[in-house]
Amino acid sequence: MSLLAFYSRNSQEVLGLVGQHLYLVAISTGAAIVVGVPLGILLTRRPTWRGPVLGVANVFQTVPSLALFGFLIPLPFIGGIGATTAIVALVLYALLPIVRNTYEGVAGVDPAVREAGRGMGMTDWQLLTQVEFPLGFGVILAGVRVATVVSIGTATIAAAIGAGGLGVYIFRGVAVVDDTLILAGALPAALMALAADGLLGVAERRFAWRGK
Amino acid sequence: MTKPLEVAGLGYDLPGRGKGERRKTRPLVRDVSFTVAAGETLVLLGRSGSGKTTTLKLINRLLEPTSGEVRLGGERAADLPVTRVRRRIGYVIQDVGLFPHFTVERNVGLVPQLEGWPPARIAARVRELLALVGLDPDTFMKRYPHELSGGQRQRVGVARALAADPPLLLLDEPFGALDPITRVELQREFAALKGRLGKGMVFVTHDVREGLLLGTHIGLMLQGSLAFLGTPDEFRRSDHPECRAFMAAA
Repeated sequence: MSLLAFYSRNSQEVLGLVGQHLYLVAISTGAAIVVGVPLGILLTRRPTWRGPVLGVANVFQTVPSLALFGFLIPLPFIGGIGATTAIVALVLYALLPIVRNTYEGVAGVDPAVREAGRGMGMTDWQLLTQVEFPLGFGVILAGVRVATVVSIGTATIAAAIGAGGLGVYIFRGVAVVDDTLILAGALPAALMALAADGLLGVAERRFAWRGK
Repeated sequence: MTKPLEVAGLGYDLPGRGKGERRKTRPLVRDVSFTVAAGETLVLLGRSGSGKTTTLKLINRLLEPTSGEVRLGGERAADLPVTRVRRRIGYVIQDVGLFPHFTVERNVGLVPQLEGWPPARIAARVRELLALVGLDPDTFMKRYPHELSGGQRQRVGVARALAADPPLLLLDEPFGALDPITRVELQREFAALKGRLGKGMVFVTHDVREGLLLGTHIGLMLQGSLAFLGTPDEFRRSDHPECRAFMAAA
């Protein structure tokens, strides 16, 4: 059975799974931004926290994603079978690139620019909001882009713990050894990742002030 | 009349690393005293690491003095909110430090904006200042720093420092990073400009020719202390070995 025939016959289900997939990625990346960007900024103000915080975030990256989903299932409140558990795991994965890039983006602002700002009497808050954050925004976006692309891929594994998404087709295809079914899940996920990469890449270049 | 700047017994010790007994401090500036009246330019001359830049940063409280005091227009700087101190002092540094994401207009208008001036007044002030530093407002207002040459950037840096009409200007090797021709051009223009401004200025340089051209007073720094303080003529005649060493380099 060809892929196109499969899609036309199951269009309702495909759209549903694409929607679920987007939901998982959007909620988890959104939550990772809400937590990660302030955390990254905090690290620029408390440099001694940088090592431990990035270390912990790094540890989550090293845990294989299927294992992380598995570890979370028995936990109360955040665990169990379904989307919540998957979202928690995806947030943990997305945190590192976002925290690290926020730190690098804000801390990497030209020292002369920062000194000029302070020397002219900007408060720390003014310096952060008017200078450091806007100048670091391109680098922060790069972190968001990496987090989003990784999340789109990792979210396919969320189907293993009943969170739905395009991984449903992939797992089903692996189980019944059907390449078309695997492709039916993998292709839209890949396209989604490419689109996110492209769009966020354009936004990133728009805000690349460094080197000018 | 109170002077824009009075510095008395200023000292700064660099906090050491390590703990307990091993935590030694290193003095970077020791017992520096001088005053700058309106219209005067004190040139702080000295070798690298002699404490010139540190002294400047102690004046606008980018560093907090370990000893001594700074008075601005008679008021103790330590008693004022730090942002108020800095907005009363124009500050120009060698690397200029223009905000790359701001147009020239917004860069120059920064301190007035922080001070909450109405937009129309800021725009008028920016035009006035750009003309003052020799840049055509209509050509340059909407440009970004990366679209300017090094000399133009430093002109914008000077305009920005003058924006809120501060009574005191601190300049840290403002022409140090420019090519020799542009540097001489800006030095000449600056010499003419500062007479019209009537502000107190402290100008840090290691270039003795620049110092003698621009200074009404020369302060020679040596290992954190003020080794000589006097007029350029007195400096030329001084038999202090460090003054002679600098004159020999001129």
